[in-house]
Amino acid sequence: MPRSAGTLIVLLAIIGLWQGLHLLVGASSLASPVQTVSKLASLLATGEFWLNISETMRAFVAAFAISLFGGIALGIVLGVRKLAGNVAEPILTTLYSIPKVVLYPLVLLCFGLGISAKIAFGVMHGLIPITLFSMNAIRQMKPVYRRTSQVMRLTPSQNAFTVIMPAILPEIISCVRLGFSLTLLGVLIGEMFASQRGLGFLLTSAINIGQIDTIMAIALLLTVFAVTCNILMMRFDRRLTHR
Amino acid sequence: MSEKLLRVIVVVAMILLVELLCRVGVIPRMVMIAPSDMVVELGKILASGQFSADIRITFTNIAISTVLSILVGFVAGVIIYSLPSLRDAIEPLLASYYAVPTFVFYPIFITLFGVGSASIIAIAVLLAVVSMVTATLNGLDRIPRVLRKTGQIYRMSRIKTALLIELPAATPYLFTGVKLSVAYSFIGVIASEFILSGAGIGYAIAYAYNLFENGHMYALMLLVLIVVTVVNTLLNIVDRRLQMRRQR
Repeated sequence: MPRSAGTLIVLLAIIGLWQGLHLLVGASSLASPVQTVSKLASLLATGEFWLNISETMRAFVAAFAISLFGGIALGIVLGVRKLAGNVAEPILTTLYSIPKVVLYPLVLLCFGLGISAKIAFGVMHGLIPITLFSMNAIRQMKPVYRRTSQVMRLTPSQNAFTVIMPAILPEIISCVRLGFSLTLLGVLIGEMFASQRGLGFLLTSAINIGQIDTIMAIALLLTVFAVTCNILMMRFDRRLTHR
Repeated sequence: MSEKLLRVIVVVAMILLVELLCRVGVIPRMVMIAPSDMVVELGKILASGQFSADIRITFTNIAISTVLSILVGFVAGVIIYSLPSLRDAIEPLLASYYAVPTFVFYPIFITLFGVGSASIIAIAVLLAVVSMVTATLNGLDRIPRVLRKTGQIYRMSRIKTALLIELPAATPYLFTGVKLSVAYSFIGVIASEFILSGAGIGYAIAYAYNLFENGHMYALMLLVLIVVTVVNTLLNIVDRRLQMRRQR
């Protein structure tokens, strides 16, 4: 496996760079890799840290579930109905490209300070790309599928579950990947700006009291979590497309 | 044409609905002010110049991080392209890069550079640069082989080949990277200002939110939405021209 050996060398080089930077700027501005890992281990041993993790995960799982089901359902409707899709697509791409952070105060005013605001903000990040992806997947589906379902006079729900969903499954997995990372980002930004619990809240409160090792331990945990989930989904994706 | 008309009708109807709900009082003034009031407020703050320093800082930072990420991303892309073994090693990392919620690194930059433009630009570049690297790799990969062969037949020098053949052939793909870099720089700068900073539009919105100054807050939000939509529309027009040129 020379390929993964190269990746390993690059990863080691990044860790080396991190250590070098730590020696350069001092322990008060940048914790070393060893310090970060040991801090993470000691944090993971406390019950309070797990409370924050579970708070973030609850918001994330709820937001991800809503984005996924809502996005795919909306995408199927807009993909099957050509006119609605053509009208909605530019509106959705514009909404997708605006920095959604500026709308966060609006979300806070609507939902109050709590888990529902975080969920709503995560959904705002995840819903639109999933809708756009699944809509485009349906549009690029082979026309013979659509015609066959017409010939067999399938009802719209039969059409959705037995024809469209299996046909666009590989694309759905890629939009699950995209939606996953964007929803996670949305939930974390929400927590960093205003909340009382969660990993994002721990990050901002650690800045205020200057605990660099806590900040880096949380950043490391989230990076490892996100990258691991992404790699697993990519594996799954590859297996599906090679079927 | 009728689709365009329908789209305008849908957008206008949505805005009118919000306007109506605000005027009737279904949406309380504490939550959201009517869209027409937002426009009036925006006119007021632009005329009074109250936020012009914040606006200037934000757009300067966005411009700096866009330029930096395009330049750094392009150079890094060319270097990675010319070293295939490095590319094999780095590509799995690039594929997972955007899965990482980049903003969790913002506190680290704050402890390194302090609160201010430097850490904001750093996070925006971190967010934007990889899309430019990927676009550069993609563009260089897709240069048709016949073009490079033509260059060899004409015995062009390496620099001439790069400037006259490779760069123009890769431009449509590079522009996709430019477009993404602009979008990510906007998100990176405004979101970091929003989370923690002392100046800028994002900071001004967060400050107005804390003081319940809904007029200022919604006016600034509207400003951001308008600027982003205009910039995106312009970039999309250029993009469409470039894509058309490629198909010919």
